[in-house]
Amino acid sequence: MVDIAEPVATRQPSRFRFILDRREVLGGLFVAPAILYVLLLVGAPFLLAVYYSISAYTIYDPSWRFVGLSNFRQIIQNPVFLGTLGNTFLFTFASQLLGLILGKFGALLLLRPFPGRKIVRAVIILPWAVPIALASVAWEWMFDSLYSVINWTMIALGIIDRSEAPNWLGNPHLAMLCVIVVNAWRFFPFAIVVFLAGITSVPQDVIDAATVDGAGFWRRNYQIILPMIMPIVAVGLIFGIVFTFTDLSIVYLLTNGGPINATSVLGFQGFQVGIVSGDVSHGAAISLFMLPVLFFVVIGMLRFIRRREI
Amino acid sequence: MAAVLTRDIVKTFGTMTAVNGITLTVPDGEFMVLLGPSGCGKTTFLRIICGLEQQTSGDLIIDGNIVNEMPPRARGVAMMFQSYGLYPHYTVRNNIAFPLRTQRVSRAEIERKVEWSSRLLGIEHLLARRPRQLSGGERQRVALARALVREPTALLLDEPLSNLDAKLRASARQEIKQFQQRVGTTTIYVTHDQVEAMGMGDRIAVIDHGQIRQVGTPAEIYDDPADRFVATFVGAPPMNLLARNGAFLGFRPENFVPRDMIDDGAVTEFSFRVDRSEYLGSERIVYGVIDGFDAQVITAKLPPAHVAEDSIRPGEWHSFAVRNSALRYFDQVGKRATRH
Amino acid sequence: MLRVITNSLREVSFYGAVALFVVLTAFPFYWMLITSLKSNPDLYNVTNIPFWFNEAPTLEHYRYLFEQTLFTRWLLNSLIVGLCVVAITLAAALPAGYSLARMTGRSGEALGIGIFLTYLVPPTLLFLPLSRIVATLGLQNSMWSLVVVYPTFTIPFCTWLLMGFFKAMPVEIEEAAIVDGCSLFGAFVRMVIPLSLPAILTAIIFTFTLTLQEFVYALTFISSSAQKPITLGVATDLVRGDIFFWGEIMAGALIASIPVAIAYNLFLDRFISGITGGAVK
Repeated sequence: MVDIAEPVATRQPSRFRFILDRREVLGGLFVAPAILYVLLLVGAPFLLAVYYSISAYTIYDPSWRFVGLSNFRQIIQNPVFLGTLGNTFLFTFASQLLGLILGKFGALLLLRPFPGRKIVRAVIILPWAVPIALASVAWEWMFDSLYSVINWTMIALGIIDRSEAPNWLGNPHLAMLCVIVVNAWRFFPFAIVVFLAGITSVPQDVIDAATVDGAGFWRRNYQIILPMIMPIVAVGLIFGIVFTFTDLSIVYLLTNGGPINATSVLGFQGFQVGIVSGDVSHGAAISLFMLPVLFFVVIGMLRFIRRREI
Repeated sequence: MAAVLTRDIVKTFGTMTAVNGITLTVPDGEFMVLLGPSGCGKTTFLRIICGLEQQTSGDLIIDGNIVNEMPPRARGVAMMFQSYGLYPHYTVRNNIAFPLRTQRVSRAEIERKVEWSSRLLGIEHLLARRPRQLSGGERQRVALARALVREPTALLLDEPLSNLDAKLRASARQEIKQFQQRVGTTTIYVTHDQVEAMGMGDRIAVIDHGQIRQVGTPAEIYDDPADRFVATFVGAPPMNLLARNGAFLGFRPENFVPRDMIDDGAVTEFSFRVDRSEYLGSERIVYGVIDGFDAQVITAKLPPAHVAEDSIRPGEWHSFAVRNSALRYFDQVGKRATRH
Repeated sequence: MLRVITNSLREVSFYGAVALFVVLTAFPFYWMLITSLKSNPDLYNVTNIPFWFNEAPTLEHYRYLFEQTLFTRWLLNSLIVGLCVVAITLAAALPAGYSLARMTGRSGEALGIGIFLTYLVPPTLLFLPLSRIVATLGLQNSMWSLVVVYPTFTIPFCTWLLMGFFKAMPVEIEEAAIVDGCSLFGAFVRMVIPLSLPAILTAIIFTFTLTLQEFVYALTFISSSAQKPITLGVATDLVRGDIFFWGEIMAGALIASIPVAIAYNLFLDRFISGITGGAVK
């Protein structure tokens, strides 16, 4: 083996000359603005919200006095709040379930090409694409106590009489139903998209192997395909649950929480108490009740996804 | 003076050691091949020389300068990637000009160099095209032109032929080698294909598990393997190894022939039972076992024209032999030893 | 014979189901359209058939919307807010997404997931402290408060979207550029950005639609009509006392919905590959 004489070690360039070439330095610089923004305008307000909830802060009396957990105690003792909490769970669970079923079904319909599929898909996306407030307003008009098109149809078909025409948004149970339906209507296109994405990502060989093994349509669907797309469905469900559980737009526009708090949900209550009434500390406490649920949902789902990693 | 010198380069990724102390000298103008199986660390080592990875410890000296802390552009190296890495949104001309543009070379100079480099590779007529309009061979030449336009101290190639189909590979191999001889740039070439290595390298460094097993000319590697790994990695079919008392006796299939094909007396004889033979046109590969070593499958590579059919009839024991000069001995550790 | 019957039955039920879905999703929009074009006497007559015109269609609601309300001002507000938010978001999310995609290792991944999770922090939790912060900054009741606050969800979303895209881009081109003499930053600017224009465009479109769809922050921070963005304005401002100007509301809702609907349809495929790239990997 050839032995080469030692080279004259020349001066190494200063450490700082190529500092921007170092991955660590540049990588850090690149992420910095985003992280800064998030820390300042999400992290800090979050801590502030926690702080408000244990203080006696209102906009009329912005005191930073510590009151411990008394805000929470006061809220829990308020029957309206308990109703709100129950409403929120009902609202979320029912609309997500309905949305999932419609979504799964719709995905199956859209799976195979057929004439006009592109147009159908474009139309079906609309409820999710269009701003939620605008869609809610349209439904508000559809549920109007006097001019509701639904009532008109039912009267015209002879199902009911004019005197029996339901006051959709004025009746506590019906109002809840309306709110659930609108939310499901808004959510199911997203569910369709998620299911479609999942189903089309299953490799054709697996499906073919199942067919050759004798699996019929339902078995293929529920024993092979569904388990395989669980991770992506779970992610979609996380989004759905989080956004539904914390939403206030639909309730605000359709029923304004009414009649008499029958449809009040957590997000809405937080708004009413904290912003409209100015009682920041109690409002913050109400909003914070969302956290445990969100936390468990996200952690639960993430663990579910990780366990299912094939 | 060496163009590239590495001193005890080590690279760890967490708990995994990819490169485990490689010291290598590549003299100016040499075509050095880094040969080894997948995952042996040769590509990592090449990337360290290039500057795309930073070594955990050890020194790298290019053209007399210690370049440990320097980014690729300050090292005077050029690299050709497996998928060529051509810039899809630039024309061929701009692809080749790019390395010069980054160095603020004058426009006239850029023109001149691009002409020179593209003429060298015979692609002047492609200068206005875009990469997606080129064939595989043309793309390779553009990548080479781009690598050479800066007249680098070292040219690094990372398995550039592995994406080509077998037919193209032979001619591409030819082109690269001829080209390098003409231009004379120091070249370091990574591959797992020992045919490529043997055909192209001035010297070959056989690497396994992050360490160099042997450095030498193709003849040295083939005829005088330093250990069992090198002996069995290079050569197809691989060298036969007979295990006895922990030590090994090795001989290449082409040296294992029927006894009566050798006139010499200095041979070692074996009783060989043929199990199966493959006729490949230019040669015949025969598989069987040697008496006393039932667990080993031994291969013999025989020229079909010279071998009588009945001397290799399956199921029977025949007398085969190896010239003593063709025998190789390996000790318990696997290293080459002299006859014991 | 039986085969023909069952086949055609299957076809019929299939198309029937599709039709049902289409009606379900599209009807409210049809309703918006029809309402916006009906004259008021036609609208507010309980005995009239609601599904079609009983009296001549009219553009009076649209005229009223543009001439007598702040609708055009709202459109302008949303446009300005949208453009500013897009600029801020790109400036932060583009480098961040790239850095997280190329920064291998657990810290990069954890950071990516962390940023993504901030997208899930509900506005109905943050709006209280944010309203105080906005007031402190003197931006209460101004649309600029939205420009400051909206990036809190558009940046995480776009970072994640771009991160997925960059991860799928081969590293070789950037490495070739680095060997050819670019700095890391140079490679980013000269190679990565030009080659990722489709993804950047998708990010821009989605950021814009996210700002248009937002309601909670707008509702919380802005009360004066002239400062409202389009969604808030149409949903809350077209009332006099207790009387809802339904024709105008529907007209406004329709106009505000169309661009978003179009954008979603054009970019849906890319968006889907963004989601699946991230989740199913």
